[in-house]
Amino acid sequence: MSIQKREKKPGWKELPEGDLIIGGGTASGFKTGDWRSKRPIFLKDKCIHCLTCWVYCPDSAIIVQDGKVIGYDYDHCKGCGICYHECPVKGKAIRMISEKEAKAKNTVIAKAEGPKQP
Amino acid sequence: MANLKDLSKQKALFTGGHRGCAGCGAAIVARQVLMAAGPNTVVANATGCLEVVSTIFPYTAWNIPFVHSAFENAAASISGVEALHKSWVRQGKYDKKVNFIAFGGDGGTYDIGLQSLSGAMERGHNILYVCYNNEAYMNTGVQRSGATPKGADTTTAPVGKIKKGKEQFRKDLTEIMAAHRIPYVAQSVVGNWRDLTSKVEKALAIEGPKFINVFQPCRLGWAYDPEMTCEIGRLSVETCVWPLYEVLNGQYKVTKPKEKKPVVEWIKLQGRFRHLLKPENKPLLDDIQAATDKNWEDLLRKESLTPQVKTPELKPS
Amino acid sequence: MDKTNIVARTGNEAMAEAMRQINPDVVAAYPITPATEVVQIFAGYVADGLVKTEFVPVESEHSAMSACIGSAAAGGRTMTGTSSQGLALMAEMLYIAAGLRLPIVMADVNRALSSPINIHCDHSDTMMVKESGWIQIFSENCQEAYDNMLQAIRIAEKAKLPVMVTTDGFIISHGMERLEILSDADAKAFVGEYKPEYYLLNFEKPITVGALDLTDYYFEHKRQQIEAIKDSKQIILDVAGEFGAKFGREYGLFEKYKMDGAEIVIVAMGSTAGTAKVVVDGLRSKGVKAGLVKPRIFRPFPKEELAESLKGMKAIAVMDRSDSMNAQEGPLALEIKAALYDAPAGSCRTVLSYIYGLGGREIKLEDIELVYNDLSEASKGKAKPKVSYLGVRE
Repeated sequence: MSIQKREKKPGWKELPEGDLIIGGGTASGFKTGDWRSKRPIFLKDKCIHCLTCWVYCPDSAIIVQDGKVIGYDYDHCKGCGICYHECPVKGKAIRMISEKEAKAKNTVIAKAEGPKQP
Repeated sequence: MANLKDLSKQKALFTGGHRGCAGCGAAIVARQVLMAAGPNTVVANATGCLEVVSTIFPYTAWNIPFVHSAFENAAASISGVEALHKSWVRQGKYDKKVNFIAFGGDGGTYDIGLQSLSGAMERGHNILYVCYNNEAYMNTGVQRSGATPKGADTTTAPVGKIKKGKEQFRKDLTEIMAAHRIPYVAQSVVGNWRDLTSKVEKALAIEGPKFINVFQPCRLGWAYDPEMTCEIGRLSVETCVWPLYEVLNGQYKVTKPKEKKPVVEWIKLQGRFRHLLKPENKPLLDDIQAATDKNWEDLLRKESLTPQVKTPELKPS
Repeated sequence: MDKTNIVARTGNEAMAEAMRQINPDVVAAYPITPATEVVQIFAGYVADGLVKTEFVPVESEHSAMSACIGSAAAGGRTMTGTSSQGLALMAEMLYIAAGLRLPIVMADVNRALSSPINIHCDHSDTMMVKESGWIQIFSENCQEAYDNMLQAIRIAEKAKLPVMVTTDGFIISHGMERLEILSDADAKAFVGEYKPEYYLLNFEKPITVGALDLTDYYFEHKRQQIEAIKDSKQIILDVAGEFGAKFGREYGLFEKYKMDGAEIVIVAMGSTAGTAKVVVDGLRSKGVKAGLVKPRIFRPFPKEELAESLKGMKAIAVMDRSDSMNAQEGPLALEIKAALYDAPAGSCRTVLSYIYGLGGREIKLEDIELVYNDLSEASKGKAKPKVSYLGVRE
């Protein structure tokens, strides 16, 4: 799977001078989700919103809104499993499944919800 | 001391989309240091893993002003930025309070950048230098550095038929920095966010040069499962391989583990030490344990020799 | 010109004086003979509060240039000074300063490179970094050193390229000469204010400076830099034009001395050009059609313009105060030859290379007379060695 789109790259006359990147945090536009071999699944009912997963995630891929975990940014999550390992909840509020399994499930869901055959 | 709920409401200052390995400890250091420092921060970074993974043109993970120029000069670079700030403030051209932070790996700090670091600290710039110490040259493929511990397998001090990895103990850079008599020196670790962010806050509230040596497990060079990064960090503290302590105006303060664990508990989780578990290498393992014990006792003695004097409460910036 | 502005100064004092008038935001420097005085005198100005500069007394030249890069990237007008081994230690950072397009200005006092260690003048230090992307301006005397420093700031900031202004170690740096100094107000007005578009201390527009380019961007950034150094030629001329119009001292990419009707010519840089002028005057009075071309700007190399000025010559001698260690001619001679290769057909093909003055070896009037004598003979068809070593004991 390739998430990256082929970009049309600027010529030398169009680039800012002096190896400058103008604007901060442009890397959030670069997707690293396709590196993943394991996927964290958020178990909402078990989560105590302690934000331990959020503070240790190396890829800022835990989405928090108003102090509560609401899910994962799969565009950037590399599947390292630190969130799972660090989760202090007994029995864990995160489950790691293989990407293969995740994709198979997605396909099943997509098929079930897909357009009906004429 | 901010809580996680408040921190999570801040703008992300080190974003995702960088190319660090899955489970990268250096990215955790960068993120947590910036969480504590806040947005009015300029960062200078030495060449190394962190710089390479975070600034592949045209993508930058840094949501604050950032400069990289070379490997051995992060401290000199940030001192130039800080000097300009001082100049502009004196001229009345600028009034914003700014944090100046340099990041360097152990290669860029213990070895090639030591001179530049020492110079900047001696000159007394108002800077915080953060070493993300993963104990080898990880960016170029796990070569030994002055921070690599005895017995570790690296590509330039490999385990072979005769040699058993690095033959020397690592140097004690934190103590070298303390010997500069700068106002604040500390050791912290990946895996204890509260310790790291509070030390960064404390350091930034102090005028003058500050140094924090952050122990950073590296799943690639240390060879462990990526989810273990923080766990191994905490274990390095519990085994006293990497004590958490600070030296504030010459006073040592050590954060003692509840129970001091044997070093082998830490060693056995890492591929770079695999050979040390063989019975014939027991003497080397004992040697490492003995050195760890001695370093720990030395540190406790330093703490007892510099009894705590009540210092005025430091207010974070 | 107000008479009170005529003073006696050494080259180092003249450069320090220019720095005082420029009044940069940051100076980061490390001592090295014979450039030490430039920053030492300047540190005195800082100590006396005569400048607003933050002086950073670093622990090495590598850190000097690194701190300059930090300061310039942060948005400040930034200067330094060095020589020889110091310039060599900076070399890594010089390339980076140019690649990041930072307008740092440096006083570079030419001194021989080790080994053997030597503290006296030659151009091997400056030549070592001729491909670093810095604009290189050579000075013949104190006055030029002073004027070049003031112009360098304007050139650097317009071209977004760093500039080194050189003087010959001890010969100019420590030799006292008559110097006309601008009033502080004139100097201030001439150099103006520096207002970069993007800079680190601007939190409204955060930037990342010095990102990693892979195979997909490095060439484009380098192509920009190549264009910038090409474009800087016109900027240098514009700044020189404004300086000449305001203060009456004319500068160009190079100086032509008695080139009208000349048939044999020496091309030489730095203080040697001054010595050669005396020889040219003597030869002219004897009816010898001798002339001199003194490149002021070595980078960017004024190729077409120099070739044009050498049109119609019968023989050319290029004097290099350094060797290329390539078993060929000196670095300036190679550039002149390359320039003539692309010149219109019929241009002079008799180009003799002279290596002289290494490690401060004195260059005398007689030495230069000897070169003109060689040229006279060569112009009449007599074969001469392609490369000669002037003033060395055989």
